[in-house]
Amino acid sequence: MINKQVANVKEALKDVSSEMTLMLGGFGLCGIPENAISELVVMGVKDLTCISNNAGVDDFGLGLLLQKHQIKKMVASYVGENDEFERQMLSGELDVELIPQGTLAERCRAAQAGFPAIYTPAGYGTEVAEGKETREFNGKMYVLERAFKADFSFVKAWKGDAAGNLIFKGTARNFNPNMCGAATITVAEVEELVPVGTLDPNQIHIPGIFVQRIFEGKNYEKRIEKRTVRQKTELC
Amino acid sequence: MLDKTGITKRIAKEVKNGYYVNLGIGIPTLVANFVREDIDVEFQSENGILGMGPFPFDGEEDADLINAGKQTITALEGASYFDSATSFSMIRGKHVDLTILGAMEVSENGDIANWKIPGYMVKGMGGAMDLVASAENIIVAMMHTNKKGESKLLKRCSLPLTGVGCVKKIVTNLAVLEVTKDGFKLLERAPGIAVETIQQATEGHLIIEGQIPEMEL
Repeated sequence: MINKQVANVKEALKDVSSEMTLMLGGFGLCGIPENAISELVVMGVKDLTCISNNAGVDDFGLGLLLQKHQIKKMVASYVGENDEFERQMLSGELDVELIPQGTLAERCRAAQAGFPAIYTPAGYGTEVAEGKETREFNGKMYVLERAFKADFSFVKAWKGDAAGNLIFKGTARNFNPNMCGAATITVAEVEELVPVGTLDPNQIHIPGIFVQRIFEGKNYEKRIEKRTVRQKTELC
Repeated sequence: MLDKTGITKRIAKEVKNGYYVNLGIGIPTLVANFVREDIDVEFQSENGILGMGPFPFDGEEDADLINAGKQTITALEGASYFDSATSFSMIRGKHVDLTILGAMEVSENGDIANWKIPGYMVKGMGGAMDLVASAENIIVAMMHTNKKGESKLLKRCSLPLTGVGCVKKIVTNLAVLEVTKDGFKLLERAPGIAVETIQQATEGHLIIEGQIPEMEL
């Protein structure tokens, strides 16, 4: 077993510096690396390029980095629900690249899997394809999209072990597995770090080879963005 | 003229036994409530669930279980969770049978615009571009005209496109239309709506063949 465990979030984020490109897992506020984001705020690193499906809300998730003006460029598929984001984008302080969600996932996966680029039909004929190489396959047009290059990838899993093996829970999985091994260094934070040998190898979602550093996170808030419920009387 | 519930009910009739269906945010989300109970359908949400169920009961919400609109949901028996690349493999790989989404504009050749209005805050396309570029069967749910009363069924879209030549069917508050190589073919009228009313509200080429039946809801 190769031990990937680090003592805490500080050690996990060692060597992160300003102007780096970071990948951050999560969909909305679901499955975001809360501990890593908090530590980035503490470190005060600036001029970051962040690749993440969304940009958090004003006071949580990547919104915390936006508040401190630590993000120079955001690469995302959807950035609603964040007033500070909107203000910085409209004032030109923040550079924003919006890309299709499936393309975002696949550019992560390509980086993980060693493909320099992929062809996707998403965005063909739209402004997303402007300036990009296009090609026809079997009568349909595709756009060439390049693999991301990132310095650090921050992911959040449910359970993990010192070998770096990860198991995700529910829809908190989302982009996290695709970002593992897609950057020079992948840092995984888990809700529960279990002893090596206790995870069933059949059930592991991400093998430890894709993870360089792992630690057990603390004080997860797991904030719900849109709480929607039905009443017991509405029996379905 | 149909209201949003009416549009939803009519679209629900397009959902067939054995379909995997992706529902966009807004009117499409409501479709799940009106699908016949005697057929087997699974709803996919692109953030990573197949077999999505209704909203949870009060107190049973799970922060790790949401849909693409970031609402708390439940998972039905037989559901599965997966990562985003797998989710879009289902979509791009044409394994999802039906996609229902909203639009700001649709053109007579099936182009769709639904993600950006120049001059306004752009929130992003989310999964819409992947969905429209790949799905075999795309139904658009929308009002026939915008708030100013202008047609949303156009010769050419004026807004930035989400996808080209991809829409197959449109259900509006006035009509059901099929996108053909010659233009919008009128299939059904909303209850009490005259063909002339639909013609007036449609800027793109409208094909009217024979008697146009009223929708059954």
